[in-house]
Amino acid sequence: MFKTITSTLDANLRLRIFGYIRHALLLVIGLIVFVWSFLPIYHMIMMSLTPIDAPFGGRIWPDDPTLENYRIALTQDDFFLRHFWIQLANSVFIAIATAILTLFVAITSSFAIARMKIRFGQTITNLSLASYLIPMAFLAIPFFTVMSDYNMLNRPWALIFAMTTFASPYAIWVFRQHAENLPKELDEAAKVDGATPFQILRRVYIPLMGPAMVAIGIFAMLLAWNEYLYAFLLLSSENKVTLTVALGFFLGQDNSPWSLLMATAVIYSLPPVVLYYNFRRYMVGGLTAGGVKD
Amino acid sequence: MSDNQKKTKPSRGIPGAGAAAIQSPSGGLSEAAWGVIFVLPYVVVFLAFAVMPVIRGLGLGLDWDSYVRLWNDPIYIRTVWNTAILVGVGVNLKLLLALFLSGFLLMPFRWVKLLALVFILPWAVPQVPSILSIRWMLNADWGMVNHILETWFGIWPAPAWLNDPTLAMGAVVMVHVWKWVPFWTLIMMAGRLAIPTSLYEAADVDGATTWQKFRYVTFPQIRNLYITSTLLSAIWTLGDFNSVFLLTGGGPVDRTHILATLGVRYGFNLGDLHMGVASVLTAMPVVLPCVFILVRRLNAAVKAN
Repeated sequence: MFKTITSTLDANLRLRIFGYIRHALLLVIGLIVFVWSFLPIYHMIMMSLTPIDAPFGGRIWPDDPTLENYRIALTQDDFFLRHFWIQLANSVFIAIATAILTLFVAITSSFAIARMKIRFGQTITNLSLASYLIPMAFLAIPFFTVMSDYNMLNRPWALIFAMTTFASPYAIWVFRQHAENLPKELDEAAKVDGATPFQILRRVYIPLMGPAMVAIGIFAMLLAWNEYLYAFLLLSSENKVTLTVALGFFLGQDNSPWSLLMATAVIYSLPPVVLYYNFRRYMVGGLTAGGVKD
Repeated sequence: MSDNQKKTKPSRGIPGAGAAAIQSPSGGLSEAAWGVIFVLPYVVVFLAFAVMPVIRGLGLGLDWDSYVRLWNDPIYIRTVWNTAILVGVGVNLKLLLALFLSGFLLMPFRWVKLLALVFILPWAVPQVPSILSIRWMLNADWGMVNHILETWFGIWPAPAWLNDPTLAMGAVVMVHVWKWVPFWTLIMMAGRLAIPTSLYEAADVDGATTWQKFRYVTFPQIRNLYITSTLLSAIWTLGDFNSVFLLTGGGPVDRTHILATLGVRYGFNLGDLHMGVASVLTAMPVVLPCVFILVRRLNAAVKAN
């Protein structure tokens, strides 16, 4: 009897030790993941607090941390940032316009495809999906020449239409999936009441698509806010470019004030980070959701 | 009901000959006409800004001479290898990590939940500022990475990360992985969460080990998702202009370009649109089959649900 007690104790002890080792191992992995994920962001914040004229040297923390760089950015008190506010406004305008335009074209077309079951609906979906899957960067040159033909270069609408083109296939895809799950009887009841398709769209479809529209609106907004390649190809004057392109300007010069760049970068990153954290559930998986079995 | 009828009774259709086809019996626009009106805004955008560029691209790309010049350009050959490395290594490394970390981040500890919030930062922060930050970190003389290697670990001289073509290409792959692992991990987490818990309970009853549960329950359940993700990620990685352009700019001496950045270099830096389009079009034999398969897979997955 005594023997069996000690052996179960041993087994418990062994199990507990094994548990500790396992947890320690997990903590080590966690630490690596933490450093790997956070270091570049930490570096950005740290640099943004470093005075412009501080000696270089890859320090871990600046000797005299300061918010001066943020003041310079917000008061446009430097050659690189002399158009800060107008560039920020450009970013905001282009992001919002892209969201509105994307929602408009995607809501109307997804209604026609998923609810009205128009002919060629599947063909349109497939073609738009294919256009979404082809990397944007591959279309950059012909897109630029086409925009030049349309006489739209260096106008915000060039970028707005570009981003709408790339955002709407995803929007249509997600809306279509949502729409297929709404009960068909809603439309039929409205139709019996004599509602026109436009009234069904406005009174039945759009109210039910509310949450999906918020998610897609934010998706389109962030796509436009974050875009770099198309922004710098399509927009050129300093007071027309978005903040993204302005950040890239720092790359061109050898004597760029990098700590100023990083302060601007932190300001520029804040809106998307806030939105991503609040809407992360809706930002992934729209495309692969079908592959996830319920 | 009578209210709605009143609204639709007055004829809003286009009067006159030919109107019958687009008019419904009650006098308003027919269902089919409404369908066309609703789908028109997107179709116009699609034709003007997707189809037109594709046609223009094919026009610019039908220039046999530029393919001969590409073939004779050592930078192009190098670029093809770089692209293959970024896609081959980057995609698989990223998805294997995502597969592993999705399990890790779903463990029921509070610190893991907090870690998950930090973990998605690379994905939430826009690419331009974060890659510029990494570029400065990797600076051979003044960067934080080499400062740490030299003062903490006594490695001297520390590697000149972005000045050496091989190391720079490695850095590009790492930046790409850093940026996109969180996104794919979230996708894999969604996949894992959708697996019925009863399967794991059954496995527990059978005394399955952690590895056996992964091998015989988890992976078979998310295998389709994993394959779709690999294909999606492969074509998107081909187009990851930012990771290269912002980190190395294709340098040193054009040794770290991928096709997406090389196209822009030919087209805009050297002003040769034909070469630019041609270099990108050479990726189409890989891209188009992937797109075709994906459109079918994604549609099939939706229908199955």
